[in-house]
This record gives sequence, structure tokens and C-alpha cells, in this order.
Amino acid sequence: MIEQLAEAVLAGQPRAMARAITMAEIGGEQASQLIARLRPSTRGGHLVGLTGSPGAGKSTLIGKLAREFRNRGKSVGVLAVDPSSPVSGGAVLGDRVRMQDVATDRGVFVRSMASRGRQGGLAPAVEDAAVILRAAGKDIVLLETVGVGQGEVDVTNVVQTVVVVLTPGMGDEVQSLKAGLLEVADIYVVNKADLPGADAIARSLHAVAGHPLDGWERPVLQTSALSTSGIVELADAIESHREFLGTRRVAGDQDVQMASKTILSLAGRQMLDELESTVDPRQLKSLAAGVVSGALEPRQAAQEIVRLFFEGRQDGPLSREMEVAGEFERGSSRWP
Amino acid sequence: MSGSKKIKVLIAKPGLDGHDRGAKVVARALRDAGMEVVYTGIRQTPQMIADAALQEDVDVIGLSSLSGAHMSLFSRVMEELNRRGLSDLLVVAGGIIPDEDQEALREIGVHAVFGPGSSTQDMARFIVANVGTQA
Repeated sequence: MIEQLAEAVLAGQPRAMARAITMAEIGGEQASQLIARLRPSTRGGHLVGLTGSPGAGKSTLIGKLAREFRNRGKSVGVLAVDPSSPVSGGAVLGDRVRMQDVATDRGVFVRSMASRGRQGGLAPAVEDAAVILRAAGKDIVLLETVGVGQGEVDVTNVVQTVVVVLTPGMGDEVQSLKAGLLEVADIYVVNKADLPGADAIARSLHAVAGHPLDGWERPVLQTSALSTSGIVELADAIESHREFLGTRRVAGDQDVQMASKTILSLAGRQMLDELESTVDPRQLKSLAAGVVSGALEPRQAAQEIVRLFFEGRQDGPLSREMEVAGEFERGSSRWP
Repeated sequence: MSGSKKIKVLIAKPGLDGHDRGAKVVARALRDAGMEVVYTGIRQTPQMIADAALQEDVDVIGLSSLSGAHMSLFSRVMEELNRRGLSDLLVVAGGIIPDEDQEALREIGVHAVFGPGSSTQDMARFIVANVGTQA
């Protein structure tokens, strides 16, 4: 069944791609098998992240960019993340509204994803969804993060090219001195450049962009998604960055660093899932009552939960996994 | 978190009617009921709605119409869904739809019609009770 689905994804069938992403969102063993099967076929596609504050115009810009890449004969995938409600767990995913330009184009596959409690502007299954779209033959995948502030830089561990979208009227140059988002951009975009103040923010970005990153000169572009001015230049810059990445001989270190972060982030999510599914609700409730009454510091309660977790696992699956890992180290053939 | 399947709903407005207050109210109410709601915006063609439903892999489609063109528009949406193999989706409708049209809409596969004055809680309850059960 997994093999059948994988074949249909590789053949670029939209229904299969949609089903595969849903499977990745649910997670579990089948999803892992599917992704492992598809990953070798992802070498071709270029994964581009667009990030920036809410209302910066990311969705509209992606709609115009998708149109431009289609004009250049490329097939396009879009992954648009919107926040889940921390109260109900539900979400309104509204990015398609801004992408009407490509709504009738079957060469563009758009998938909206809810963040489901994941921090950093991403959705839990967004990496897997990108694998699926690239394996399905999409030449370029545009990933839109949740509207973020200054510190949410997780997208850099996931995509090959980071586009940071800013708009006029977002503060003076002190904002651009702060650490975070602006440091991780490969391309800066001042969107809504038809508004007053665009030149000023572009100037302060030039100051930040002044130091080339690994030999890549970071461009500062001005766009107006409304009038489509600057879209061609942005598509050019994205393609140039792709070429730059292709010619970079010293890729080694950075790739290992990126893979390390991916592994840690996946491991962290797995541990959190494990913790949430095994925690004893009564113990949690009594610790929470302690925190509310002031008898317990939240940090102490957290330590207690972690202690209970590992205690409960002494004879559980974890020790078995450690044995397997030991065998792996000794060169057993049980792991691929 | 992973491991859970949430009910995913597409809210769409086919045709040229631009009154989407109702559609947005429903989208928010279903969000508050814990569902993931994709909103497409106004002036959608039946093809756009069916393509969005397919790409988003939704369980439910909510169609809104206040223009009086619901019979022809919803029929064409149902045709496009069938053409894509999506005949098993739960389809519900809302807006200004006369009682005498409701039976005809049920016959083409619209499972329920929620007119003016409907409670959003009833809609959410109907969806939870009926999602994934239709042939």
C-alpha cells in the first residue's frame, strides 16, 4: 500500500500527493516508510522559504512568484503554514485567498498546513510535505511560514534559500541591528515598496547585507506584489542563489550542521510526543495544583515529570531501543 | 502534535456573489470547534473549488451562496468533485436557499443545508457526527 502510494506520488498524481501529505501529518510508522522511500527522489527540487511578519504580504508575493516561475516553464509547489489556535486546536487557513493568480493552474499544487503547536513558524510535517512535493517532480517549492517576529529562524534549517520579507513602516534601523531573522536571510525583500519609507528600510538592509555570507552577496530587492513590480527580479535572485549553492565547493560543513539540526529537531519532537502520551494525567494534575498553590516552582514540577518519565521507562521500550542502538554500533545488520 | 487526524474543512463561495460574512463566521466557528478550515475566498469557479478540495485533502466542503444561483453552481461543483474521484466527501451548504430547493440539493449529494438562523454549534455537531460516514 505504501509502495503504491509512493509510485503514484513519484508519477506526480495530485490525489496521491495530497493523501501522502495527510499521512505525513498524522505521522507514525507508515509515514516514516513513505518519506524514506521518497527522499532519494528529491534531489531536483529547490526549496525556498518566505518568512516575515504577519501582513507583510508573503502569500500574495508567493502567488505572484508562482505565476512567474510557471511562465519560466517550472512546476511549482506551495506549502502555506498558518497558526493553530492554542485554545481549540483548530485553525483558519486563509493563504489560498491571496493566491488566486494560480488557482486555475494545475501545474501549481498548493497545500495549507496548520502549525499544530509547533514553534518557529512551521508545521510539524512541513519537512515531509516538502519531500513529497519535490519527489512528485515540483521544480520549486515555496514554503510560507506563519507570520513571525524576530527570533523565529527555524525555517533556515529546513529550506535551501531563505527570503525575508519586510515592509515599510516596521521600525527604524535599530530593528535591523537586532539578532535573528535578518541575519539568516539569503535574500531581502522590501514588499509594498509603493508605500512611503521603502527606500529608507532598503538602505538600512543594505547595511546589514553588507557582509557576504559564505561568498553570497545578499541582494536587497523592492517589490510590490500588488503591481507585480520586482517579481521578475526576485525570481532571478532565487535562481541565482540556487546556482550559487550548486557551485559552492565547501558545502560539507554547512550541510552537516543543517542535518544535525534536523536530527535534533526531529528527536525533540519525538520525545515530546512520547512524553505527552505517557505522562500520568493524575501526576501532572497534582503537580499543576502544586504550582497553582505556590508550593512548587514550575521548574521543579518539570524536573519531577522528566524524572518520572525516565523512571517509568527503565524497563520499557527505551532500554530495548538502546540495546538496538548498541547492536548498530557493533555493526549489526539490523539497521539499514 | 502528530498522531492525530483533525477534521479538515474547505469553505468556498462559488460564483459571483461577494457576500462572505456568513462564510467567515462559519469558518471561525468550525475553527473554535477544533477543525482546520481552509478558506478560499470569494468568486471561485467549481473547478477551483474541486482542485482546492483535492490538494488540501479535506474531509468536508461547505458551500455558501446568497445569489440565488445555488442550484446550477452546486451541481457543477458536485460534477467536478465526482470527476476527481471526490464523491465521498461530506458536502454541506449555507446561505439563502429556499426550502423547496433543499430536497433537490440532497439528491445531487449536498448532505445538509444550513439557512439563516442556523446555529454554528449545530453545524459543527452535524459535521462531527457525519464526517467519513457517507458512501
